[in-house]
Amino acid sequence: MTAQEVRLCGLLLQEHFGELVAKVGTHLLRSGAQNLRTIIHETGISMDLVKKSLCVLVQHGACVFSSGRKGPGSPTEYRSSCHQILRILRYPRYIYTAKTLYGDTGELIIEELLQRGDMTMSCTVKTVADRLTQNMEEGLSMDYSEVSTAFSKLVETHFLQRCPPMAVTATTKKATPADPATPATPGTPAAPVSTALPTPESFPDCYKVPQVTLIGRGKRQLPSEEGEDQRNAKKAKMSSEIHGDEGIYWQVNFERFHLHFRDQAIISAVANKLDQTSSEIVRTMLRMSEVTTSPTATCTKPLSANEIFRSLPSSYNISRPILDQYLTLLVDDPMEFVGKAGESGGGMYVVNLHRALTNLARATLESVVQERFGSRSARIFRLLLRKRHLEQKQVEDFAMIPAKEAKDMLYTLLSHNLVQLQEIPKTPDYAPSRTFYLYTVNQLPTARMLLQNCYKTVANLIERRLFETKDSKRLLEKSQRIEAILASLQASGAEPEQLTEVEEMITAPEKQQLDGLRLHINKLDSAENQVDETIFLVESYINSSATS
Amino acid sequence: MILRLQIRSNLLSPVGQRGLAAMAGKGRGVAAFTFHVEALGIGRGNMPEARVGPSPLFPNTDFKPLPLKAGEDEDYMLALKQEMRGTMQRLPHNIRPPSNKAEVEKYTERYLKQSQMEDEEWSPELMPQTKRRHPKPGTKKKPVISRKHTEEMLTKLDELEKKDDGNLENSDDETEKKTKNENDEEELEEEEYEEEDIEEENDYIESYFDNGEDFAADSDDNMDGEATY
Repeated sequence: MTAQEVRLCGLLLQEHFGELVAKVGTHLLRSGAQNLRTIIHETGISMDLVKKSLCVLVQHGACVFSSGRKGPGSPTEYRSSCHQILRILRYPRYIYTAKTLYGDTGELIIEELLQRGDMTMSCTVKTVADRLTQNMEEGLSMDYSEVSTAFSKLVETHFLQRCPPMAVTATTKKATPADPATPATPGTPAAPVSTALPTPESFPDCYKVPQVTLIGRGKRQLPSEEGEDQRNAKKAKMSSEIHGDEGIYWQVNFERFHLHFRDQAIISAVANKLDQTSSEIVRTMLRMSEVTTSPTATCTKPLSANEIFRSLPSSYNISRPILDQYLTLLVDDPMEFVGKAGESGGGMYVVNLHRALTNLARATLESVVQERFGSRSARIFRLLLRKRHLEQKQVEDFAMIPAKEAKDMLYTLLSHNLVQLQEIPKTPDYAPSRTFYLYTVNQLPTARMLLQNCYKTVANLIERRLFETKDSKRLLEKSQRIEAILASLQASGAEPEQLTEVEEMITAPEKQQLDGLRLHINKLDSAENQVDETIFLVESYINSSATS
Repeated sequence: MILRLQIRSNLLSPVGQRGLAAMAGKGRGVAAFTFHVEALGIGRGNMPEARVGPSPLFPNTDFKPLPLKAGEDEDYMLALKQEMRGTMQRLPHNIRPPSNKAEVEKYTERYLKQSQMEDEEWSPELMPQTKRRHPKPGTKKKPVISRKHTEEMLTKLDELEKKDDGNLENSDDETEKKTKNENDEEELEEEEYEEEDIEEENDYIESYFDNGEDFAADSDDNMDGEATY
C-alpha cells in the first residue's frame, strides 16, 4: 500500500461511506491486520461506531477477518486491502458494461449489488423489479421471472458469484443457519490458522443458482406522505417471506468484468490499427476461447483456421482465402496480437494476451511522454525502448536531433525518472573516464511509476471537486431549495406568475456561477472516469507480468 | 542528477575528495572534473544550472493536456457516477459522525425529510447477516460493560463533588469493590484494562489529597475571607 493508494482509498471511502468508515478504513490500510480493541484504541472512535464501520467494510468486501495470529483462541483480526476499495472508481464502467450486454435489467441488478455490497437473490430481484416498475408506464409492471432470468444469465456467464460462506470456528456458539440450499462448509473445527483466505472460486457451488420460489410482480411506489411511507416501510419489514435462499449472498465478480474489459481493449486496438474485419476475427477468436482460457494465461488455446472460419458471424461473408490473408496480416503485425502456433488444420492461431497487454501499456507510456514533453522527447523515448541501451552520442545520431537539444531532453527525462542510467565499467575500480554510461528504459518499473502517478491524479481530482463544492455550498443549497419549491408548486398546480417569481429568486450572476460550477464538477468527474481507464490498462499489464 | 552521478562515481576513485571540492567551486566558478566530460556529452560551458531549492509546487507545463473524451458513453457513465455517489450517501450504511445539533436550525434541515436526517437506526437487513458471519466470542458483554462503567464514573464524580475529603476515600473503596465484583465475571482482557484504569485514578486521588484533612480543616475555619497561603 503506497501512500498515494492509501490517500485515494481514504477519499473514496469518505465519499461513499462517510467520514467514520473512512477513518477506520485508512487506519486498517496503514497498519495491516489488527484486532478490534487496537482499532478502537488507536482511532479514538467509540466501540459501537467502530463495529458498525467494520460491518460496512466487510459487507462490501473491503475488509476480511480471520482468527488471530496467535491461534484459534485469540481475538479475530481484520485486514483490508487497497484493491477492493480502488474498484469503487470503476463502478460506473461495470454498470455500463452490464447495460450493453444485458439491457436495463442487467444494469439495475449490477447497480443494486454494487451499492449494497452483497445481497440474496430474492432481495435483488424484488428491488430491481420495483425500480423497473417505477419507470414503466401506468398499469404496467415488471414480472419477477424476467428479472430472475436475467439474474441467472449473469450467473451463468460468471459475472456474479456467491460470497464464500464463512468457516465455523470452534469458539462460536451460534450455528450457521441450517439451510438445505446452502452447502455450508462442514464446520472445519478449530481451523489451523491459515494465512490465505479462501477465494470465492474455491467453493464448488460458486456459480450455482439456487431454487428460489419467486412469484409476483414489481410494486409501484405511489407518491404518498411521510407518515404513510414510514408505515409502508414497516410493513415491508414485517412481511419477510422465506424464498428458499436465505444465507446465500451474491456479489459482483470483478475479475470477470476485467477479463471482458481486457478483451474489449484488444479488439478496439486491432480495429484502430488495422480494420473492422480484423477486429471481428479477433473478437471471434476471443469469444471461442472464453471458457477454455484461464484468467492468468499468457495466450489463448490454439484455434485452427477452419474453426475460426466456421464461427465467424454470418454477417461477415468473407471467403476462406481472404480469411487466411487477414490472419497472416495479423500475425505479421508488429503489435503481435495474434501468433501462429502450428500448421495443422489450416494453421493454428493464438491470441497473445500478455504480449498484447505489454504493447498496449507501452503505447500508453509513449503517449504520456509525448503529451508531457513533446514529440521529439517521445522519439528519444521510443528509441530507447526499442534499442534498450544507448550511449549519449548514439542517441543523438539515431534520433536525428541536434546534440544540445538531445542532451537537454535526455536530462529532463532522466530527472523525471523515465529514463535510467546504466554504468558499465571497463576496469574494476569504476573510474569515470573508463566507464560506459548507457541510457535505458525499463518498461515495468516505469509502468509502476505511472500507475502511482495516476492514483495521485485521481486523488487530486477528488480533492479539487470537494473543494469546489465546499466553496459554493451555500449557493448549491439555495438552488436545491428553489428546485424543491418549484416542484411542489408545479405538482399542486400553480400559476405561471408564481413560478417565474420563484425562479427569479436566483439572480442572474448566481445562475452563471452555478452553471460554471456544474461544468467544473462534470469535467472533474469525467476526468476521474477516464484516468481510471488508464489505471485499468496499466494495472492489467503489471498483474499479467507478475504472474507470467 | 548529473551531480549525483559524479558523487557516486567519485566515491570509488582515489581523487574523490578533490573532485568534490572542485565541484563545490567555492569562489571559483569553474568546474573542474576528474574525468573527460566529453564522455557524457557536456562541454565546459553548458552545465545545467544548480538547484537553488525544492522544485515548485505547481510547475509550468510547456504542453497543455489533451481535451477529455466526450461522447454518449462518457456522458452516460458520468451520470451513473454522480447518481451512484448520491444514492450511496443516502443509504443507511453511510455513517454520519454523531454531531451536536446547531443552535440555529439550518434552512436545509427544515426542508429535507426527517427520515434522511435521523438515521441512527441501523437497517436490520445489514446487521443480522454480518453478526452471523462474525465468529466473535463474547461480543455481547463488551457494550454492557462500557455502559455500566460510564454510569459508575458519573456517580463517582457526583460523589466527589458533594462529599468532603474525609468521606472521599470511603466512597472510593465502595466503588472499587463494586467494580471489582463485576469485573470478576468478565473476561480477563477487560478486567486488566478496567482495573488498571480504576486503580490508577484511585492512586492519583489518594496521593493528591494526602494532606487533605489539614487543608480542609483550615479552609473551614477561615471561611470569612482571610487568605490562606
